[in-house]
Amino acid sequence: MPVTGTHPDSGVFDGDKAAKGYPLNRLCFSLNEQKNRELFLNNEDLYCDTFALSDAQKAAVRARDVLGLLEAGGNIYYLAKMAGAWGLNVQDVGALQTGVSVEAFKAFLLSQAES
Amino acid sequence: MAQILGGIGTSHVPAIARAVARGEQMSPYWKPFFDGYPPIRRWLAETKPDVAVIFYNDHGLNFFLNCMPTFAIGAAERYLHADEGWGIPVSAPLRGDPQLSWQIIEGVLAADFDLTTCQEMLVDHAVTIPLDLLWPHANPAPVRIVPIAINSIQHPLPSPNRCFALGQAVGAALRNGLDDRKVVIIGSGGLSHQLEGSRAGFINPKFDKLCLDKLSTDPEALLKYSAVDLIELAGSQGVELCTWLAMRGALQHPLELHRHYHAPISNTAGASLLMAEAAASHAPAL
Repeated sequence: MPVTGTHPDSGVFDGDKAAKGYPLNRLCFSLNEQKNRELFLNNEDLYCDTFALSDAQKAAVRARDVLGLLEAGGNIYYLAKMAGAWGLNVQDVGALQTGVSVEAFKAFLLSQAES
Repeated sequence: MAQILGGIGTSHVPAIARAVARGEQMSPYWKPFFDGYPPIRRWLAETKPDVAVIFYNDHGLNFFLNCMPTFAIGAAERYLHADEGWGIPVSAPLRGDPQLSWQIIEGVLAADFDLTTCQEMLVDHAVTIPLDLLWPHANPAPVRIVPIAINSIQHPLPSPNRCFALGQAVGAALRNGLDDRKVVIIGSGGLSHQLEGSRAGFINPKFDKLCLDKLSTDPEALLKYSAVDLIELAGSQGVELCTWLAMRGALQHPLELHRHYHAPISNTAGASLLMAEAAASHAPAL
């Protein structure tokens, strides 16, 4: 797990990403409201169509593919609301993105604090 | 003139609100973090600020990408928290201070700093958590607030240097004002963390310590970094350091009274810092 260097997914959410991700982030923003979270969870495909997500965005939602959601223009501040609707916390999301178990992700966090 | 009592920097990760809601402050996981706050609470109990000016970043509760201000200031009688989508409790409404907000707006705009003004503004956990940490037994906190949001989502972000300058302009506007309110400045965010991508989980205690060492005596040393440099050094959410730099900018002759660092809390390096304004008569309060 790299800890230095600038990565393509380092979090520089520029205009290109914002334009590409706009429908996806708009959907995520709507999930601030409980009634929308229920609509989303009841039929994710339909809810994604309502917000006119791209095929890549819909595929990433279906697959719970957080890196794919980022690649498709998702911003983590908004994606966190989708993760919340799925019952995932930030350690779960960290583990999903780095391909390790949640326990291993937590151990990684601790290891940096202790080093 | 308003009297700036001092500045406080604090982390604000949502897991703190969850820990408070569950009463886990003294648990083995959380105690080393919450232990940072009693000295700051004692200082607040002694100095009794009327108002807290809070530099923070909105996490997609009030602001969306359809309209994203770089700097936005609240000018409301009250501020509501709301459901943020991930299950932390909704806080009680907070009291605003529109008169002081407009005084800051007038002063800051006259100094060529262009703010977005908001007469309605939902405030998220980055405002409510610092208040819960600083006044845990008050609901709402016994201060009026002036929230100032710094964009941390849509790049390009304002530079650390610009955020510091914003703080300087806010400090000057407060000192030049006609009222005699006692004001504490809060910077809410950080320290190092990154939530997204293959670098998720990155924290950098060495850089965090450098920031804590420099903030009171040599903040200029931190102003050479760009926002993208901060991402490199402190992770993509580590740019929230800019809220601390804005807080520091509002102070003239700060004296560090207290600092605390504990990593990790959730995915983040937790920290708190208290600086008293030496010009205030309250400097040696601890």
